[in-house]
Amino acid sequence: MEQQAGLTPHKDGSIIMQNNGGIKQNNDGLVLQDVKILHNDKHLLGIDAAIKPGEVLTLMGPSGSGKSTIISAIAGFLPAVFTCSGTILLNGKNIANLPPQQRKIGVLFQDTLLFPHFSVLQNILFALPPGGSMAKRCERALSLLDDISMVEFADRDTDTLSGGQKSRVALVRVIASMPNALLLDEPFSKLDADMRDSMRQLVFEEARRKQIPTLLVTHDPEDAKAANGRILTL
Amino acid sequence: MPNLQIFLVRSKLDMLRLVVLMLLLIPISAATLTLVGSAFKWHGVSELFGINATAFGAVVAEPGFWKSVSLSFWIGLITPLIALSVVMIFIAAFLNSPSFKWVWAIMKPVLAVPHAAAAFGLLFLIAPSGFIIRLLSPEISGFLRPPDWLIVNDPAGVSFALALVIKEIPFLFFVTMAALPQTDLRRTQIAAGYGHGQIWSWLISVFPAVYLQIRLPVFAVIAFASSTVDVALILGPVAPPPLSIQILRWMNDPDLAKGSIAAAAAIIQIGITLLALLTWWIGEHIVLHLARMAAMRGWRFKRDLPFRLFVGAIMAIAVGLVCFGIALLVLWSVAGVWRFPNALPEIWTFKSWVSQFQNLVETGWRAAKIAFVSSALSLMLVLANLENEHRSNIRPTRLAWWTIFIPLLVPQIAFMGGLSVLFLRLGIDGTLWSVVLVHIIFVFPYVYLTLADPWNAFDTRYLDVARTLGKSDNRAFWEIRLPILLAPVLGAFALGFAVSIAQYLPTLLIGAGRQPTITTEAVALASGGNRRLIGTYALVQTLLPFVFFALASLVPKIAWSNRRALLPTRMGQ
Repeated sequence: MEQQAGLTPHKDGSIIMQNNGGIKQNNDGLVLQDVKILHNDKHLLGIDAAIKPGEVLTLMGPSGSGKSTIISAIAGFLPAVFTCSGTILLNGKNIANLPPQQRKIGVLFQDTLLFPHFSVLQNILFALPPGGSMAKRCERALSLLDDISMVEFADRDTDTLSGGQKSRVALVRVIASMPNALLLDEPFSKLDADMRDSMRQLVFEEARRKQIPTLLVTHDPEDAKAANGRILTL
Repeated sequence: MPNLQIFLVRSKLDMLRLVVLMLLLIPISAATLTLVGSAFKWHGVSELFGINATAFGAVVAEPGFWKSVSLSFWIGLITPLIALSVVMIFIAAFLNSPSFKWVWAIMKPVLAVPHAAAAFGLLFLIAPSGFIIRLLSPEISGFLRPPDWLIVNDPAGVSFALALVIKEIPFLFFVTMAALPQTDLRRTQIAAGYGHGQIWSWLISVFPAVYLQIRLPVFAVIAFASSTVDVALILGPVAPPPLSIQILRWMNDPDLAKGSIAAAAAIIQIGITLLALLTWWIGEHIVLHLARMAAMRGWRFKRDLPFRLFVGAIMAIAVGLVCFGIALLVLWSVAGVWRFPNALPEIWTFKSWVSQFQNLVETGWRAAKIAFVSSALSLMLVLANLENEHRSNIRPTRLAWWTIFIPLLVPQIAFMGGLSVLFLRLGIDGTLWSVVLVHIIFVFPYVYLTLADPWNAFDTRYLDVARTLGKSDNRAFWEIRLPILLAPVLGAFALGFAVSIAQYLPTLLIGAGRQPTITTEAVALASGGNRRLIGTYALVQTLLPFVFFALASLVPKIAWSNRRALLPTRMGQ
């Protein structure tokens, strides 16, 4: 794939990334235009990127480079010490000033963060968009669980699952919410080595199959390789 | 009001905080103004007292005044000194021992025992006609009649201080355990690795950080011990009594002129409490200096095993005194004939229960009602505040934190004395709601103190997840944060309930005698000395908070019985 990401030194020495994802402006997907993040009014980083539906863009950087901050900014829960400027277009609509609830962006964190007081099924029911009879909702949730061959775990306490199983449920939960974009914040780093590969395949396949524009931030080159898409380095 | 300004600016004129601030500060300021007002109004009849024309002069001229003052002062210092030392050294010595969790398990119900009930239990145990001397008589002691010893109500206040110590130990234990997770305990191992003794390692590496966090509760203990009324009525010296009791006598005096004397004495009481706090503060610096010197000289205090065992024994005795005391309340409540020196009643009967049944139910129910409403309202206020802090991304400033605790640092006898006069003038004294309102002032800080740490320790990424899944902040609060924090929320409620049940003076003074609760009834029995009645009332007083502590620990276990991550064993503690 053509490498179009560009990094230019900002005038105060920090770095701005530029990536227009092709010259032609496409309304679909996730487009970050001139997004700048300030930490206590000091420029931290800037990014320009366009991610098409079904594409996985990888953002590589060492810890402390502000990778997770970008995720928080796009998802809408940036801590108060940071400020974010610029435009975040999701399917042509600027979501930069919307609260996280209205952005329709799914996030997978380093930890699975399954709600400990819900069962596996309840976690997914909680994520499904509102509407439909309870029976229909359960049917839908169970069919999603079936996709990862975990139907028989529906009523289990999430704390009793293995690390890999938890990750799969977290993936299904975010898919259930039908997000318009997916942000991955090093979601594989805490998995056992043997689980990591299959989980990567599962996540990236799901993103492509559902045509969800996906941004992966990681420090692990293996993740980037598995994503098999464009790579930006911080 | 420069302080108010800082408070408001930092929190961006937050309405919610303003409500809390007004709730806590307006009564205190009003009470103080009322006190000062009535203390200085009285100029009359100087010849009545012969010496001074002012109320303050009359207070000082009261026989035994200086004895009362020094009593309040030393009780206010010795209680926290012993309780804090025992708790700190005990935790240092036994935190990692396998038996620690048993001590912790027994400490919670002991914490729920109201002061008055614990004092009555101690009285039944150590009095000349009490259980211990009965056990030794007549075989060992040779007594056929109770000896004529001044063990309780002793003029120096030793039994009084003992009662306070055994009740403050569980309290300081509780707040210390709550503070521990925020300190890295591996520091102790490093110090121990250099060859420092176990207790000394803890004291120099962990204690300073922990102490900073529990300093306010320690100050609250000083303020409480230097001005408490209910325990003093049960075990305290009589002639002269601690100053707080003397003030209460003046307040209840039918001669209205005594009102301003009471007000002047209440102001002096505030001064004594402040002096005790100041002395403690100076003591802090001396101890700090000495400890630093010892540490810099490289002292190791290596052989502390005997000392550890000694403190372990003290702790066992302190907890044992409360537990045995409660057992004696049970015995006396069902005792018929129980002559000295028999260790057990000769006749067992439910007569006391039957004869008092109606009043027990009525006053117990009223106490429960007041406690339930005031802790429920306090919990709502605390939750609203914490959630508000989270959403507006603000943290309480040091000043705001201290403001919440002011009601616990002002002597209750002064605060309530002033407030009751004010309520009387406003015509709102003696109603159930005014009692509830005043209880909230004391319940709110404890609920806030217990809940703030677990609330803020919550991993807020769960809320981020809920929000990215399209859920509103309110739904994230009700469906995610609150249920996950069910155990600490109920725990804070139970503690608030216990605090309210234990309130004697606010209930008595603000209720103006028209809202008798199980607590005011129990303490009122102290002067009569009918042990069978005391047994029933003090036992009901103990059971009420105990029920809620039990529920608070059972309900989450049942609700989350198949949610492993939420079981208490996994939540720390």
